[in-house]
Amino acid sequence: MADLRDLYQEVILEHSKAPRNYRELKPADHQAQGYNPLCGDRFTIYLQMDADRIRDISFQGSGCAISKASASMMTQSLKGKTRTEAHELFNNFHEVVTGQGGGRDQAELGKLAVFSGVCEFPLRVKCATLAWHTLEAALEGKQEAVSTE
Amino acid sequence: MSTVVRLPEDAAARPFSPPFNVQKIRADFPILEEMARGHHLVYLDNAATSQKPRAVIDAIVGYYEHGNANIHRGVHYLSEKATQDFESARQAVQRFLRAKQASEIIFVRSATEAINLVAQTYGRVHLGEGDEVVISAMEHHSNIVPWQLLCEQKRARLVIAPINDAGELILHEFEHLLGARTRIVAVGHVSNALGTINPLPEIIAMAHKKHIPVLVDGAQAAPHLSIDVQALDADFYAISGHKMYGPTGIGVLYGKIALLDEMPPYQGGGDMISSVTFEKTVYNKVPHKFEAGTPDMSGAVGLHAAIDYLDGIGMDNIARYEHELLAYASEELSAISGVRLIGTARQKASVLSFIIEGIHPHDVGTILDQEGIAVRTGHHCAQPVMERFGIDATARASFALYNTREEIDALVGGIQKVKEVFA
Repeated sequence: MADLRDLYQEVILEHSKAPRNYRELKPADHQAQGYNPLCGDRFTIYLQMDADRIRDISFQGSGCAISKASASMMTQSLKGKTRTEAHELFNNFHEVVTGQGGGRDQAELGKLAVFSGVCEFPLRVKCATLAWHTLEAALEGKQEAVSTE
Repeated sequence: MSTVVRLPEDAAARPFSPPFNVQKIRADFPILEEMARGHHLVYLDNAATSQKPRAVIDAIVGYYEHGNANIHRGVHYLSEKATQDFESARQAVQRFLRAKQASEIIFVRSATEAINLVAQTYGRVHLGEGDEVVISAMEHHSNIVPWQLLCEQKRARLVIAPINDAGELILHEFEHLLGARTRIVAVGHVSNALGTINPLPEIIAMAHKKHIPVLVDGAQAAPHLSIDVQALDADFYAISGHKMYGPTGIGVLYGKIALLDEMPPYQGGGDMISSVTFEKTVYNKVPHKFEAGTPDMSGAVGLHAAIDYLDGIGMDNIARYEHELLAYASEELSAISGVRLIGTARQKASVLSFIIEGIHPHDVGTILDQEGIAVRTGHHCAQPVMERFGIDATARASFALYNTREEIDALVGGIQKVKEVFA
């Protein structure tokens, strides 16, 4: 049986209570909104770019512990990354939270590996990935709010 | 934000003689034997859908094993039998709602379809540009969106009657909103998100004084309260089979015969006609005019069995039992520090929506689920209600006649666990 502590790891709880980079970036080069209609989670991601590289990234919004911690830790791990690196990190992250990572070395994920427990809770995958989907939309410059549905 | 209210009298200590033996009732529902995540299932998501007693399951199986044929047009034995079963289900609904005649009972797929039917037939005829539909601020999306669609089509206006902080309709403001352009009022009997029982006699009297018909969304009332559409003088009343221990896929629209007679058909097809040529079609009489195509016959038979089951226990007994259960649960939950009840109307049925300070309802739901406790988390298809209370979502426990005090104790224990995880 899945263990709640695999999902609600200390690091995740701590980030959900005190999210990092929780502010609006002004002016933002890119921003996008993400929405999970199932539970009402709603986030905005802000980006400042140096050409192809993410100079600064922040977020605001409301949501469950998983989605908020995921957004917070995502912003930490993306500062200074290029678009391609960000995209690859999301792919790795997605594989791990959906349990498709196989033998992939979770070291590539660094601190984000704490979300590996999410794969035991399929209903919560959308919570963990909402911020990342929103990030992709921001990088692509989409205008419409991203929905997990 | 946190509410710590200990009522002077402890509900647990208060003498209560249940009107029926709940353990015997539980034995009628096979699914209550299920285990969930290694625990005995505690099913508290009855406002979403109720579980089914053996009698309903057997009736559906029995229909397919012994009675299946298409109705209303066969000359053979089975078709006659199926027609009788279907029409006898209609009479059972008539008795259940205390309608004057069986032809006022229209079988549809769901309460949602019943409301859409009225919006697109009665509404299409009676609404014009600048006219108004009045609904309340506590409606389920199914009693909002059909009217929005109609208002868009007709360039009419949707008017929202406000609710107070307890989640009760503010009656004098509601009355004030009824005007010369109001063509219909649509209001829930019991709110799925808040549990509020609306004062229908007052609402309907206010509307009728201005000759405005009233549609009642009774999906959340039918499993909990005794309903009398004639005493209420409701013009339309919508119910859903699966929320009242019947199968999914069947619902009912009650309408006063005089209104139904003059309404145009909803969908075209077989069964709703009396003659068809390429030049002209003559529509069948009510209720068949509104029942195009082969209906959900096994659904009607299952709903009949559910009504018989409820009759056997008695709606007044059910209401009394659930009232005690809700009072006990409200007291126990509001005694937990950090828990805030959303929806504290004086008249409530079955629903206990709550939030825990600093913990998102979705996390509450996941942790309760690990204890085998099924609650709903989210906006409960009532986003405007969430907005009214300035929240994104709630956790919602909703009760049925088979729930027990022990299950509420399990819920209380689960909430303590949630708080431990987030401590």
